[in-house]
Amino acid sequence: MPTPVESGTSELRDPRDPRDPFDVAVVGAGPAGLAAAVTAAAGGRSVLLLDAGERPGGQFWRHPPPAPGSAEGEDTVRVHHDGARFAALRRALAHHVARGRLTHRPGHQVWLVTRDEDGFLIESTPVHPGTAPVTRRARARALILCPGAADRQLPVPGWTLPGVMAAGGAQALWQGQRALAGRRVLVAGTGPFLLSVAGGLAEAGARVVGVWEAGSPRAWASRLPAVARVPAKAVEGLGHVATLARHRVPYLTRTVVREVLGEDRVRAARPARLDAAGRPGPAGDEVPVDLVALGWGFTPSLELPLQLGAATRLDADGSLVVTVDDEQRADIPGLWVAGEATGVGGAALGVAEGTLAGLSAAGRPTEGRAARRLRARIAAHRAFARAMHLAHPVPAGWSDWLRDDTVVCRCEEVDAATVRAAHDTLGADDARTVKMLTRCGMGWCQGRVCGLATALLASHHAGRAPTEADLAATAARPLAFPVTLGELAELGDEEGGFGGDAVGAGEG
Amino acid sequence: MNDDRRTGDHSRTDDASRTGDHSRAHGDRGAHGDRRAEEEGARSLTLHFEGRALPARPGQTVGGALVAAGVTAWRTTRGRGRPRGLFCGIGLCFDCLLTVDGRPDRRACLEPAVDGMRLTVTNPGEHPRADEEAPDADAR
Ligand SMILES: Cc1cc2nc3c(=O)[nH]c(=O)nc-3n(C[C@H](O)[C@H](O)[C@H](O)COP(=O)(O)OP(=O)(O)OC[C@H]3O[C@@H](n4cnc5c(N)ncnc54)[C@H](O)[C@@H]3O)c2cc1C
Ligand code: FES
Repeated sequence: MPTPVESGTSELRDPRDPRDPFDVAVVGAGPAGLAAAVTAAAGGRSVLLLDAGERPGGQFWRHPPPAPGSAEGEDTVRVHHDGARFAALRRALAHHVARGRLTHRPGHQVWLVTRDEDGFLIESTPVHPGTAPVTRRARARALILCPGAADRQLPVPGWTLPGVMAAGGAQALWQGQRALAGRRVLVAGTGPFLLSVAGGLAEAGARVVGVWEAGSPRAWASRLPAVARVPAKAVEGLGHVATLARHRVPYLTRTVVREVLGEDRVRAARPARLDAAGRPGPAGDEVPVDLVALGWGFTPSLELPLQLGAATRLDADGSLVVTVDDEQRADIPGLWVAGEATGVGGAALGVAEGTLAGLSAAGRPTEGRAARRLRARIAAHRAFARAMHLAHPVPAGWSDWLRDDTVVCRCEEVDAATVRAAHDTLGADDARTVKMLTRCGMGWCQGRVCGLATALLASHHAGRAPTEADLAATAARPLAFPVTLGELAELGDEEGGFGGDAVGAGEG
Repeated sequence: MNDDRRTGDHSRTDDASRTGDHSRAHGDRGAHGDRRAEEEGARSLTLHFEGRALPARPGQTVGGALVAAGVTAWRTTRGRGRPRGLFCGIGLCFDCLLTVDGRPDRRACLEPAVDGMRLTVTNPGEHPRADEEAPDADAR
């Protein structure tokens, strides 16, 4: 009997039976994960595709739900970019689901992955649970992690006011559900993504009063060869510039938000110019706004790879990413990683990496012409991404715009003075110790938002550059998502690790 | 206990009300869902936020409907008593928590709007989460 929502093999596998695991499990149905899943299925493998999203597409191909009466997957979905590729991937997904080779499990967040001699154990819970906690376990011989990334943030005075949002989040609200989070909008931070957000919100009817870009366009000039290798990216960028020009959106470079003003919600923002050393000057005049959309690039979501102990490195943008070989293999047997988690580089790169990972995980040849073309595309996109990262760094003097009472950790409301005191008076000189002493990064979001800032501040106070260890300390999450005690209890003792304490605390 | 067949079966029968396609999810809730299907695209849902009626469009999340109605904050922080609403917009920051039909700590930015839903303010900390209760978890 087919399930109403879950699409794929009709008989329910007993996911715990090690004699019948999936050949390949893929986490994430964004550009990378979709490509990986359909490629592995085309290679004859049984595939489980798990995704927190309700509809395939990830962050890039976000789209509103189907109109009443039509089904997801009908070719009515209009996405903002590269729709033909998305349509092809969705067709392939539907095809493999219909053939019973692929099980698509949307609306499930994976909170724990572990590995034993038989392969991988993947624990997930529904994003929208009923009243009873439910955890689902699946087994797979091979695992392809494609968890994507989140908007990268830096704290700034006033950023906790309602009306300050992550740039990608403001964009997602419009793209996914046609809700405008503000009418007078400022978009600020760094990177070409800001142009996309500003253009999208302007087209949606918001008045975009400015894009404040911390970087300088001249930084691209020395990197033109890398740009020339991916002409589509340059064309895309020019398209955004044209949109902004049409809406007369002022674009200021070497400019940052010095502070956001308001009492119970955003009222205005004040700019500052960056000097040559990346330090902010004095705050300029107030610009009235009701939405400030902030983005400093993206932070790859590494909690699942780190749960498995995958090796990592620091990428050109200073982000912690998973180290992979030329087939997207991590250093853990049976584990592949693709998309933003191996280095922020966008959707087209993710599709190429996901395809390569799918081929490799399915045991298909990765030496032929098609694979060589994939590798060439990956190399070109990586070169472009590197140029982008170097042209749009986190400003070296960013912490100068913090005040003592500026909140760094939004969840636990740890301010900049407390983080500094952890070093000055308590001697903490790495991110892990700062975290333990201040609870910075230990609230509900587990450092997803303040992790970068915590790592940067800890190393800055210690008078050195941030290390992999600083970033790993704020990126590792024992549970990828908060789960209830009931869900933990369902794990039972056999997995170990969460021992009697957690379960006992819940029952006691 | 950890009976996978049970949890598996449970998920199977329940999935339509929790995951996937919104129209099916609404359909499961009976008459409200049917009405929604007739009023295509219109602002056809009503949410009750702290006693106030708010319109929502099919396919919106609770958070989307709140900000579209001009409500930017609905939670107060534990430490400083400051207002919060949406920040990340994609389910990662947990700033947007509220109580939906009596279920605490739901993420407004992910929770699909359903006609007649009752939204109340959540005070985080009233419902401890597992990793706060499990000192072991952090040490791992
Ligand atoms: C809010 C936001 C908006 C963005 N908008 C754009 C845009 O408009 N244009 C653009 O060029 N780039 C955008 N990006 C950048 C984006 O990272 C890339 O363009 C591209 O989507 C990356 O592809 P990916 O497959 O690596 O990851 P993603 O597209 O991020 O897909 C990852 C998927 O994995 C799922 N996932 C992650 N962890 C888990 C877990 N533990 N359990 C279950 N599922 C999980 C996520 O829900 C998601 O569906 C955006 C990023 C963000 C964060
Ligand atoms: S706005 Fe971040 S979790 Fe909802």
